[in-house]
Amino acid sequence: MNAKILILMVFPGLATAQGFAGLGTEADGFSIPQPDPVFDFPTDHGPHPDYRIEWWYLTANLQDPDGMPYGLQWTLFRSALAPEDGVGWTAPQVWMGHAAVTTPDAHYVTERLARGGIGQAGVTADPFAAWIDDWQLAGTMDAARMTASGPDFAYDMDLTATGPLIFHGDGGYSVKSASGQASYYYSQPFYEVAGTLILPGGEVEVTGSAWLDREWSSQPLAEDQTGWDWFSLSFADGNKMMGFLLRQADGSAYSSATWIDAESTTAYADGAFAAVPLDWAKVAGRDVPISWQVTLPDRGVDVTVTAIYNDAWMDTSVPYWEGPVTVTGSHKGQGYLEMTGYE
Amino acid sequence: MTGAVFAALLSHWWRNPLQLFTLLAGLALATALWSGVQAVNAEARASYDAAAATLGEGQFDQLLVADGGTIPQASYVALRRAGWLISPVVEGRLNGVRIVGLDPLTAPGGLGPVNLDEGAEIGAFLAADGQVFGPQEALDDLGAIGPAKVISPDVAPGTVITDIGVAQRLLGQENQINRLLIAPEQPLVQRPLQEVAPSLRRQPAQGGSDIARLTDSFHLNLTAFGLLSFAVGIFIVNGAIGLAFEQRRPVVRTLRALGVPLTRLIVLMAVELAVMALVAGAIGVMLGYVIASLLLPDVAATLRGLYGADVAGTLQLRPVWWLSGLAIALGGTALAAGGAFWKLARMPLLAGAAPRALAMAAGRRAVLQGVLAVILLIAALLLGITGTGLLAGFVMLGCLLIGAALALPVVLDRALALFQSRASEVRAAWFWADTRQQLPGLSLALMALLLAMAANVGVSTMVSSFRLTFTGFLDQRLASELYVTASNASEAATLQTYLVPKVDAVLPIQSAEARIAGFPTEVFGARDHATYREGWQFLTAADAPWDVVTAGHGILINEQLARRSGLVVGDVVTLLGRDLTVQATYGDYGNPIGQAIINIALFEALYPEITPLRFGLRMDAAAVPDLVTALGNDLGISADQTINQARIKQFSLDVFDRTFTVTTALNVLTLAVAGFAILMSLLTLAAMRVPQLAPAWAMGMTRTQLGRFELVRAVLLAVLTAVAALPLGLALAWALLAVVNVAAFGWKLPMFLFPLDYLRLLIFALVAAGLAALWPAWRLSRTPPSDLLKVFSNER
Amino acid sequence: MLLHAQDIHKTFQTADGPFDVLRGISLTLDAGHTLALTGESGSGKSTLLHLVGGLDVPDAGQILLDGVDIAALDDTGRAKVRRGAVGVVFQQFNLIPSLRVVDNIAFQARLAGQYDAAWCAELADRMGLKPQLRKYPEQLSGGQQQRVAIARTLAPRPKLVLADEPTGNLDEATAEVVLSLMLDLVAETQAGLLMVTHSDRLAGRMQRRLHLAKGQVA
Repeated sequence: MNAKILILMVFPGLATAQGFAGLGTEADGFSIPQPDPVFDFPTDHGPHPDYRIEWWYLTANLQDPDGMPYGLQWTLFRSALAPEDGVGWTAPQVWMGHAAVTTPDAHYVTERLARGGIGQAGVTADPFAAWIDDWQLAGTMDAARMTASGPDFAYDMDLTATGPLIFHGDGGYSVKSASGQASYYYSQPFYEVAGTLILPGGEVEVTGSAWLDREWSSQPLAEDQTGWDWFSLSFADGNKMMGFLLRQADGSAYSSATWIDAESTTAYADGAFAAVPLDWAKVAGRDVPISWQVTLPDRGVDVTVTAIYNDAWMDTSVPYWEGPVTVTGSHKGQGYLEMTGYE
Repeated sequence: MTGAVFAALLSHWWRNPLQLFTLLAGLALATALWSGVQAVNAEARASYDAAAATLGEGQFDQLLVADGGTIPQASYVALRRAGWLISPVVEGRLNGVRIVGLDPLTAPGGLGPVNLDEGAEIGAFLAADGQVFGPQEALDDLGAIGPAKVISPDVAPGTVITDIGVAQRLLGQENQINRLLIAPEQPLVQRPLQEVAPSLRRQPAQGGSDIARLTDSFHLNLTAFGLLSFAVGIFIVNGAIGLAFEQRRPVVRTLRALGVPLTRLIVLMAVELAVMALVAGAIGVMLGYVIASLLLPDVAATLRGLYGADVAGTLQLRPVWWLSGLAIALGGTALAAGGAFWKLARMPLLAGAAPRALAMAAGRRAVLQGVLAVILLIAALLLGITGTGLLAGFVMLGCLLIGAALALPVVLDRALALFQSRASEVRAAWFWADTRQQLPGLSLALMALLLAMAANVGVSTMVSSFRLTFTGFLDQRLASELYVTASNASEAATLQTYLVPKVDAVLPIQSAEARIAGFPTEVFGARDHATYREGWQFLTAADAPWDVVTAGHGILINEQLARRSGLVVGDVVTLLGRDLTVQATYGDYGNPIGQAIINIALFEALYPEITPLRFGLRMDAAAVPDLVTALGNDLGISADQTINQARIKQFSLDVFDRTFTVTTALNVLTLAVAGFAILMSLLTLAAMRVPQLAPAWAMGMTRTQLGRFELVRAVLLAVLTAVAALPLGLALAWALLAVVNVAAFGWKLPMFLFPLDYLRLLIFALVAAGLAALWPAWRLSRTPPSDLLKVFSNER
Repeated sequence: MLLHAQDIHKTFQTADGPFDVLRGISLTLDAGHTLALTGESGSGKSTLLHLVGGLDVPDAGQILLDGVDIAALDDTGRAKVRRGAVGVVFQQFNLIPSLRVVDNIAFQARLAGQYDAAWCAELADRMGLKPQLRKYPEQLSGGQQQRVAIARTLAPRPKLVLADEPTGNLDEATAEVVLSLMLDLVAETQAGLLMVTHSDRLAGRMQRRLHLAKGQVA
């Protein structure tokens, strides 16, 4: 059996860009995000089985004692075949984990799959724990330990939150298209990180910052959307920005952004944020932008975002690009870039 | 105009139905031979793949409960959470059908032959009542069950595959797992197995694979046969088409003289040929299917013997065979017709019957053919000396076979010329001269016979050499009468104490993984015993290898390691800081990796943590069954922990015998096809023969004599061809054993000669040629004098 | 008397029913004499020649050759007659294509066990074939081929020479040369010659002529 086909069927949301648009947009029986959400923590840190797709998505920019930059990813996806939970093999929940470490000249990536209902993978809200096999992100939302291991790398990190949760869009209701597709979306962008990377060259002690995204939905993309480009940037002045483009089949894009400074969080609707590819590279046989001009005129942001390592290709069941970036221009800083739907 | 031209072209076939039959039959037989061999091969592979994929055995290491019980599902989750990439398998029988439950998300081999993107619904498979996949009969046998039944012909016979949850429900073993498959690639960090699941035993994928590797050579065997049968077929098709073109030359000339453009003629003839190729190809695929069905019971038996798993004894007519069969028929026709069309296109409009010019052209062609043959044979020789790798091996085979086939007419002509110059009796002289004249017309059929015979000699030699070598190897490797495996160290200790007084010798079998000269190697510790000293045969050896090994200074390495590392006897290798001299290399057939043997004392010093669990017992063979019973009664050692050497040997011999049955059947078949080619050539030549024979008859030879000469001629040409085929077949066997096998499996098989087999083959070939010539000769001897006289008549 | 054919009948089965090709023909020929058989196409002259030469058997009648009835012989017996006693020259396809000229000339004589090397050499010489001896039939012209055929026919010194339009495929000048050679040699060997022809000019060079029409002597 072709594992990729299985994954595409199980993870329709991710697969949208690969041509399964129909699956991603229908929400038969699943709950649909509604405006003006009221979150209930810690419960909402846990899974929402009545929504089709959900993720716990952590990216980190790290440095070793010599100042060498590293990127790190820890992701747990949940996908529901039916809007219910269950116990045993019949539980219609499927889990997928992605872990990666990126250095300026290498990218290590690995993937795990598991069925829900038997304890092999899952998320509990209180005490907080998200796991698949031996990988886990556990503790509390403010202080957690994160581990993952692949055939050629492993890591063990401690996370400490130094700021509040940030809610995107309209109080956590993030609209994804002009026709109204939306998700619940909040982040914890203020993690400080310290830990050990185990790489083929040996162990590396690293420190840095991390950004956790929490998002769930049943219809993440509109039918005419082909993929997305997602930026999470941390500037040297302490401000942070999240912005994404949802590319449409006709060449236009739907944009959204969140500006985070010490005082407040500001959401920007379609059109305020823009990102234009500056340079492309051949990655895994396709053309992928590895340098962007990113602008948010309202905040005077006009920066160039450049990949630290061009081949940060996630060669997983559902392939995409995810890697650390450096920021130059009007603001200096670092961050993470995710790009899907490049064929 | 097209209609009229077509009618004119087709009328030829109505007037000459025998030629039409020759062409169609030639094409159909070539296709049949090809698709039959392919079908057997594909079915054998499909069955093997289905069995292997379904069972997951041999492919992956596994975790099992030592006592054969089930594993709690919680242990599976605990192992996953400890970093072990394993996948659960639930297995059991329901209404006689073997149910295999897998988890598609973690199974290292996926769901094997089950294709979820064809008709299967992932939601239906994973959740709800689920689905079971299997061949029709297995699904029928299951009876009424909850899950939906989906026909999946590639699943092993008598087996259904389903989701693990469904399997647990069907078998009533909720939360229980039978075994865990270990993925080949594991993460960097994981907790030790003993700590997480101490009760589980790891069973390596390697177990018993020496014999499983045999199937690879079995398939290689069949693949080589497929190639050869294709070559034989192409010669037949080529012959049939060449004759058809030659005989329609006057029609073509007339049509062109009447104003039909050459291009239109060529297009029409190509269309006509394509239609014939498709018709003949379809017949051929059916024939091939029949051949394969007849052979398949043996193939099925072979695989059943090898894997102990059910293999369908019936054949499925797969669409891919239709396609490949028709493609072969079309491709072969195109290949064969290309030259004929080229000649046709270059033929001057009024190319009269200028026999001398034609003869000169034929002479030039013969020279060209001879030169090409020499080039190909030299290329084969060079590749044989210098070439490495599978591709070089197969290219060499191709050069050798085609070169030899092209050289055959030249060689035969020279031989006949020699006989002719020695002949003094007038009839003999005429016979040789006339035979030489027949040669061009028969050469394609003779080439087919050459290839068929060479294939037979080559493949029989290969299989027989394999058998001889392997049984010798088994004698050497399985010298002990009984093998016992303890399940843990304490049982091993008890076992040793128990056994020592009861048997002649207890030989521990223990190994460790090591790197020697940079190559992964399995190192064994061997006790100094007559079993080894007397039983082992070396490929190369120093003066007293066992003495030096016993003293702890020497090491024996297998051929694979020697080949890869370039180590030879006398070289020094370092093993955990000890310098050891290579004392000998030994054949280790079927083993994919390097292996080395050192003295047991040295082994224990280097690897103190390893306790031997397997023991070879030297004892009276007759006492083996009693000892097995006693081990069970006294120590609770179950029968499946013991291996009876005689049983294994018998088993492997059985496997060979079945392989023989299949290859013998194919041998006879190829020869029959070559015989058919001879028959067809003789029949087509018969019409041309009359003017050649009529003068001899008019001058006083009887028709019976002429007929007898025809028969003798066919048999004689077959004898000469067989004489040429013998060295070719031996060269073929050598290439298969010494080049292809080394490239494919990493070890070289010694080649043995089997003169009696060759003699039998020779007789087969003579019988085939004789039978083929019988009817044409009989027809000739009964030619009415008026037909012979027509040759001379001015009213003809 | 060398040859005496008596009341010969021969019927062929054709698509239109039985066809009586010979209806009670008789003829005689002495040694050293020549006889022309003339007639229209289908008059039966070639068939008569074949019967006399032991190439075919009559349905009724006797063919005495040197007093032996060859019509009563079996296949083997007739083959023996063809080898030694009779020589036939056809219009075409007289030669064995796989043998060289020298071997063709000697072939029938050797078959009959009546090979005489000197005589064969003389025949070749007389026929002007010396330069062609090592060649194959297909390398010769039509006239040369017929000369080889005549030499081959005379090599065993047959008592009876039969010729069926021996010059039918040759141009007039060549035909004249070939015919003269044949007549000279036949006369020299004292053989009887029976020649089928539709040419009056050729027939005129024979001692006697027998004209056939519709299977009977006209």
